[in-house]
Amino acid sequence: MAKRPEKSPSLSRYALYTGCTVPVRAFNYEISARKVAEKLGLQFSDIPQFSCCGYPIKSVNRYAYLLMAARNLALAEEKGLSLCTLCSACCGALSEANHEIREDEKLRTRINNDLSEAIGKRYNGGSEVTHFIRVLQKEIGMEKIKAQVRSDLSSIRVAPHYGCHYTKPSTIYGHIEDPEDPKSLDELIEATGARSLSYEDKLQCCGGGVLAIDEQVALAMAHKKLDHIRAQQADALVLICPFCNVMYESNQKKIEKAFQTEYKLPILFYPQLLGLALGMEPDELGMKMNRIKANELLKKVSRRSA
Amino acid sequence: MRGRLGLREEVVNAFPNCFMIDSRNLDPDFKYLIASEPGGENIKKCFSCGTCTAGCPVREVTDRYNPRKIIRMAILGLKKEVLSSQFIWLCSSCYTCYERCPQNVKIPELMNAIKNLAVREGHLPPAMRTQLDLLASYGRLLEITDFENEKRKEMGLPLLPEKEEDVKKILVKLGIHRGEKT
Repeated sequence: MAKRPEKSPSLSRYALYTGCTVPVRAFNYEISARKVAEKLGLQFSDIPQFSCCGYPIKSVNRYAYLLMAARNLALAEEKGLSLCTLCSACCGALSEANHEIREDEKLRTRINNDLSEAIGKRYNGGSEVTHFIRVLQKEIGMEKIKAQVRSDLSSIRVAPHYGCHYTKPSTIYGHIEDPEDPKSLDELIEATGARSLSYEDKLQCCGGGVLAIDEQVALAMAHKKLDHIRAQQADALVLICPFCNVMYESNQKKIEKAFQTEYKLPILFYPQLLGLALGMEPDELGMKMNRIKANELLKKVSRRSA
Repeated sequence: MRGRLGLREEVVNAFPNCFMIDSRNLDPDFKYLIASEPGGENIKKCFSCGTCTAGCPVREVTDRYNPRKIIRMAILGLKKEVLSSQFIWLCSSCYTCYERCPQNVKIPELMNAIKNLAVREGHLPPAMRTQLDLLASYGRLLEITDFENEKRKEMGLPLLPEKEEDVKKILVKLGIHRGEKT
């Protein structure tokens, strides 16, 4: 099999892969990502036939997961596109499958036989998979982002949450950054002018991976991190995965109740923060859909005179 | 009074979480079975250092999940206890241990291999059954209805099909779903 191409796809060669959670539960993530992408000169294509990435059934039947992932990869490949995901779990699952099926010829033959018999598709390994945040970091770049900043966010202090599947397992991402000391999200936050905070357990998991199996365990995991973020008096938590958002935003009230505490911590998707810095209106970025209102944070945004 | 393994009752009571291993019930081939399952290949490399458990965010909030102990149980051959357990399903797949394991045991992948074996032995958690049904019905975990598409339209987002039948075809072909709701 040919080696992975060195060159990254050109900026208009991405299909936006939204997965299961984003198009139903995180409209604000999708809309803000599309808006900032457009502003920064990144054109997405859409493939409405994309389905679940396969990750949820990996624990039930690993091969079924690979086949579902291969189907999505094949759909993008037919159009000569690579995949840009908004969900970190989708990014991990699709990258891992892509890596494994591309490297293992025997597996690839089996996958292609089953794909062709079941749904008439074929996987050739011609597409790449990346995360939207990685595209902002690596392809748009900090300098271009900084040059387009139109608002002053310098009095805003936010806590970054990297989550797990954005950097790990590092082998499937070609060790693109140290999973024990990642910097990309901090740098992207600082590029907006806002301050990125350090806090205890910054790299810890949100707990989303066990939510379906044991809610109490998942809530306890998110609770610990929310405590640590509150200790830093952050204006908001900034994240890059819709499932982390389910834990910190959708379940924040439940956590407050279960642990007899109160956070009222606004949760922003990174593209929302970036959009504010680029001078966009909160409404354009879906801020109305954030369940925990970020009014105090929005008051700290001030327009720079041109 | 003497209880388990002839130990005095007060000794047994002092360690309520301990269970005594009866070597007659061990399956020495269990580790080979796991090693032949994709993701489980490196199980025999584990030397029980406990790096996985020390950094595990799930272990930090509950003692029901302890990867080092589960691997030790699997290597010893406690097949029934491992496959029928709830604890194998508590791995959050955060990959912290995957990065830190000095023996490259790839613990989240190993746990996944064990879960796949457990499912084949008939231990499918209800939550996973629900997810399988949703995927077979819609091709996604969350249903997209007119309501979502109406909202998407209002916001200028592209509309999405309510169903993606290909996923059902894949699940049916592999024999892990019958195609209708179970």
